[in-house]
Amino acid sequence: MYLEPTVTTAVKVLVVGPFGVGKTTYIGSLSEIVPLQTEEEITEASEGYDDLANMPDKTTTTVAMDFGRLTLNEQLVLYLFGTPGQERFKEMWEELSRGALGALILVDPDRLDEAFPVLDLVEKFDLPMTIGVNTKDGTPMYACDEIREALHLPPEVPVVDVDARDQQSSAQALITLVQHLMSTLV
Amino acid sequence: MHDDQEPALELTSELVPLHVIADGRDLPADHEYSRTALVTALDDSPAAARTLTPEARRVMDLVSDGLLSVAEVAGRTQLPLGIVRILIAHLVEVGLVYVRPPMPRAVAHDRALLQAVVDGLQKTLGA
Ligand SMILES: Nc1nc2c(ncn2[C@@H]2O[C@H](COP(=O)(O)OP(=O)(O)OP(=O)(O)O)[C@@H](O)[C@H]2O)c(=O)[nH]1
Ligand SMILES: [Mg+2]
Repeated sequence: MYLEPTVTTAVKVLVVGPFGVGKTTYIGSLSEIVPLQTEEEITEASEGYDDLANMPDKTTTTVAMDFGRLTLNEQLVLYLFGTPGQERFKEMWEELSRGALGALILVDPDRLDEAFPVLDLVEKFDLPMTIGVNTKDGTPMYACDEIREALHLPPEVPVVDVDARDQQSSAQALITLVQHLMSTLV
Repeated sequence: MHDDQEPALELTSELVPLHVIADGRDLPADHEYSRTALVTALDDSPAAARTLTPEARRVMDLVSDGLLSVAEVAGRTQLPLGIVRILIAHLVEVGLVYVRPPMPRAVAHDRALLQAVVDGLQKTLGA
């Protein structure tokens, strides 16, 4: 249950995507602990408000967020946070994105338009991203370049197939994200 | 650690209003307790431990034998994250736990660290 006492560094990656796309499954595939959830309160802006502090009728709701853990070596541990992609979770994103390595965005190729709000959020918080295309029964239905085009993504954003139920496939998508991040270093 | 004589301490959080659990405390705006900060108990200090609220004690007991992230403390105690942060802040204040800030270096620009992440994923998962 506990981390090795030698662990000094924690890194995090956000696993995001529209409703039902496989975020919980993905985190479960990679986590060394039974995936847990945090209950958190969010303050919801009514439509059209940007400034929560001055909002007349804000309400609070509780959302459950998944997370998982993977010890990478004696000093280093990775946390995966499954994050709801709606605009109304903006506040939570602000904290979550701080210090995050990047975001793995899971998309369902049959419901690509649902990915746009998530993409907007990831861009807004300036997170490096990789797109994981959920392959459903394991066979890709579309070429990754078609997906890239449909999502209006620049050529440098990696698009990979991923089976969220499969540990190796899931790990590979994460490796792609981190390597992408490395390629942007000067 | 557990006080078996006092089953009343086992009150679940559903039954207790959140501001009671937090004991009227608030979290400093610039707190250090991000989700990935690592928490562990310091040496037993029975005097301070005796006056803890049941929920603070649950947090304390959970981290008594090793390191856990703030997120994991919330997940395992099933207390809301905001409450867990307040409880941890209190436990730090009274010298019962120690919190290690999450990231000693600017990760996103640290090539060696990123390579360690890749290596770790490859090794652990055979990817
Ligand atoms: N075939 C296939 N099914 C998957 C895959 N990933 C998830 N599923 C299934 O899709 C369903 C939804 O997956 P979840 O992991 O719960 O999705 P989620 O994104 O966490 O959903 P919400 O939290 O409700 O937004 C489950 O029944 C999974 O078993 C995948 O890669 N391939
Ligand atoms: Mg889920």
